[in-house]
Amino acid sequence: MSLASLLLLADGRLPSGGHAHSGGLEPQIANGRVRNVDGLAGFLRGKLATTGLVSAAFAAAACADVTRSAELDGGLDARTPSPALRKASRAQGRALLRAGRAMWSLPPIGREPHQPVALGVLAAAAGLTPADASIAAAHGLVTGSASAGVRLLGLDPYAVHALLARLAPECDRIAAAAAARAGDPVDDLPAAGAPLLDIGAEHHATWEVRLFAS
Amino acid sequence: MRAEARIVAAGDGRGGTRLAVLRGESPLLLRRTGRPADGWATVHLVGGAAGPLRGDELRLDIEVGPGARLEMRSVAASLALPGRPAPPSRLTITATVAGGGVLHWLPEPLIAADGCDHIAVTRVDVGEGGRLLWRDDLVCGRHEEPSGSVRQDTMIRYGGFTLYRHELAVGPGAPGWDGAAVLGGRAVGTLVAVGVGLPAGPAGPDAAVMPLAGPGMLATAVGADIRTVAGALDPLCEQPTLAPAV
Repeated sequence: MSLASLLLLADGRLPSGGHAHSGGLEPQIANGRVRNVDGLAGFLRGKLATTGLVSAAFAAAACADVTRSAELDGGLDARTPSPALRKASRAQGRALLRAGRAMWSLPPIGREPHQPVALGVLAAAAGLTPADASIAAAHGLVTGSASAGVRLLGLDPYAVHALLARLAPECDRIAAAAAARAGDPVDDLPAAGAPLLDIGAEHHATWEVRLFAS
Repeated sequence: MRAEARIVAAGDGRGGTRLAVLRGESPLLLRRTGRPADGWATVHLVGGAAGPLRGDELRLDIEVGPGARLEMRSVAASLALPGRPAPPSRLTITATVAGGGVLHWLPEPLIAADGCDHIAVTRVDVGEGGRLLWRDDLVCGRHEEPSGSVRQDTMIRYGGFTLYRHELAVGPGAPGWDGAAVLGGRAVGTLVAVGVGLPAGPAGPDAAVMPLAGPGMLATAVGADIRTVAGALDPLCEQPTLAPAV
């Protein structure tokens, strides 16, 4: 594997539109559940253990076998009850494919796959391993929401990065657990759900004015 | 404790529902309740013993045949308790609903008492043209006590493909479960509807009704206590569209 390619894939500056999404944080700030760094920590821990685990496992599975992309995409549909979150995930998948096509040679997959599937396909094209895809997925998920937290609440960026450093071992653990299951049948892959993220996304989608797309 | 219970509901060919098998053992006792009305059979689950307690291995199988209409309820909340040191208690429910069959699973909540360790596995297979309402409510801890560990592992399939796949873990060992991404409170309820329309959209401040990617809907509600959840989900279980089909 190429460490530099992995860093490129995990870089927040990758032009894949990730900065437009708060990963479900904006509605939880609006309803008062997240007000400070502690609230953000609880949000990120729960997100990592649920959507983080699922995204990491599906990214690893797609990287391990890109021919399973369509089947994995269906598996994410069954794990994403919120239409707003399905839409956000597919929009991010499409943007990621666009960036990926410019960087590496991608196999043909659907135009608008779920984001973790697209991430796994990019990782495979970059010569990375399923474990790399899985850590990129978990890392992207927490850092994306964390930077949205800095912007939405004006949190101290040093305190937020201190939190990310504390979460790093957990991020590694989740990614390793996810990668170990990359070859499982789709129905057996992790399916940890986060009811508040679903509910928040549905409310958020009805707002007339919002800072983030999701 | 190990226990198994089994129900087979079949159409009687005259628009009614016959319970071909109704067999349970403590703590999974089954009682047919009410009078047969509008072609429905109603069965109540009666807890015949405390628990589930650690080490319990419980299994409930439900089969609804073509033309049968079965509504399942429970007489009281079930309370997962610690018991002696042992592996987690496990309740495995499997249900199949044939095309033209209807199953309503509308039990009282599960309460995760402090120190419990419980796994609830649900596998539902609905054939094309079958209808389903599947409700699961969970309360994390009794009044003012920490939550025990509960893991729910649910898969609902329709016409041979997976419609809804969901796992939820609460209590010690489930990082961030009470944070602002997962529950943010101590109660959660879900209602999966197949072949039954629900009004989609936000359903109160902490609830939403969502069209799934496949042919079905999910209503989810969270709350500080079960009353909030019941307030959002109970009315959806009483839709006029749920009136027995002709």
